[in-house]
Amino acid sequence: MSTVDILFYLLSAFAIVSATMVLISKNPIHSVLWLILVFFAISGHYILLNAQFLAIVNIIVYAGAIMVLFLFVIMLMNIKKDAEPQKQLLVKLTGVIAGGSLLTLLIAVVKQTAQIQNKQVLLKEGTIGLIHPLGKALFSDYVIPFEISSVLFLSAMVGAVIIGKK
Amino acid sequence: MGILLTQTILIKHNYISMTILAFDWGLVIEKLILIAVVVFGSLGIALYTTFGERKVAAILQDRPGPNRAGPFGLLQPLADGVKLIMKEEIIPNAANKWLFILGPGLAMTASLMTCAVIPWGSDIELFGRKIALQIADINIGILYVFAVVSMGVYGIMIGGWASNNKFSLMSSLRAASQAISYELAMGLALIALLMTTESLSLKTIVEQQVKGNWWNIVYQPLGFLLFFIAALAECNRTPFDLPEAENELNFGYHQEYSSMKLGFYLFAEYINMIMSSAIMASMYFGGYDLPFFDESTVAPNIAAMIGVGTLLIKIVLFIFLFMWIRWTIPRFRYDQLMNLGWKTMIPLALFNLLITGALILANL
Repeated sequence: MSTVDILFYLLSAFAIVSATMVLISKNPIHSVLWLILVFFAISGHYILLNAQFLAIVNIIVYAGAIMVLFLFVIMLMNIKKDAEPQKQLLVKLTGVIAGGSLLTLLIAVVKQTAQIQNKQVLLKEGTIGLIHPLGKALFSDYVIPFEISSVLFLSAMVGAVIIGKK
Repeated sequence: MGILLTQTILIKHNYISMTILAFDWGLVIEKLILIAVVVFGSLGIALYTTFGERKVAAILQDRPGPNRAGPFGLLQPLADGVKLIMKEEIIPNAANKWLFILGPGLAMTASLMTCAVIPWGSDIELFGRKIALQIADINIGILYVFAVVSMGVYGIMIGGWASNNKFSLMSSLRAASQAISYELAMGLALIALLMTTESLSLKTIVEQQVKGNWWNIVYQPLGFLLFFIAALAECNRTPFDLPEAENELNFGYHQEYSSMKLGFYLFAEYINMIMSSAIMASMYFGGYDLPFFDESTVAPNIAAMIGVGTLLIKIVLFIFLFMWIRWTIPRFRYDQLMNLGWKTMIPLALFNLLITGALILANL
């Protein structure tokens, strides 16, 4: 096993353990903190793929901004574990079945896709994740989807301001 | 064909991993020494920054300040440190114990992490090796700083919440909303700088200023002003120290903390100040560039030492500015803070962005 392999397995184990802890933590604040660790592990994976820009943006946007807002809301609402209503067994069972079906479907799709069969990820190589190639690609080949998504963001912002004014 | 492709990729993969496995131990040792020097150096400077703060406050208020421990009171920070460590450590009964301990640690870690991308000087040569006085020259350096800044608020939020005290919680919520509001203006000010430098690497930005004629402050005066104000807010310094407004919140997010945990919070603030001074000096004031001095006329090692000294002097000047502001300007009200952030700084930053873009288009 090379260093990259070791790092890959360590990061993966870290991500899976943290993700499991998000689910099984009784305290919502703990869940949020574990979720932040999941984002860090995923950023580590991005760095292994030499996608530095993606890694750092993942941390800035998700771990830095969105999770702060999550924490903010949970602290303001002061959710306690006792106050949370217990869900019925039937609802829990439905959730497990639905989630399990989705997982099976996703795995099946990934296994069937011809494009990624018999191919290995190039670790620590490739330049697509660096800021120059990414910027060039976004502003030339994908400029229309990029602009459309920024319009989407703008409308979300306008909506938030309007809701905030009420 | 498919098998062949897989094999070539595998071979390539093996080749890469072999080069990774063969560590350059010299590099590892050199980086470890550099990290130790930078971290302990910043801790040492932070120790004496507390002393400087008290002296500056004393001078501005026309009183002698600490002058009993050692000559000119120079041993005062050590006495303070010993006092903090020796004090009884109290964890409140109703506090969330693990998060209560995690809070100060996170605050300290986040403030120390910034030092990884700051270029402290030009390359030096020792034992036939060329050593860069920068822990990591990553090509997304500024974004890294930004990410660490956005992490900094977790220490305060977690500590304030885990204390299980209403005032602490209020304070940590204030800190979070303040940090998020001013991060936007900070980011927009940075984008204008990036448009002129065309690089995200701090090393490249500093080298441009060393080689070029002017420091970036000449091209980005408004951007620097916005960045400086946002840095004051991110460091929770007066006039933006709403999270620890003692007349409204008793003491703020660290009210329940005692002993060295409190010390960590107070220390993290000073380290934040040092790091943001270093970042501002590197981005807008030429970093380790000594003005009107040609570095190529002296030996590279001496030039590097002059550079480190220059950067340290710039950092000290910035820290003095921080303190001067703290002991001159009164604290803002919360609505004033939010109005300044959202209604003044962000429009100004966008205006700065437009002007910069127009000037670049006009090739000025």
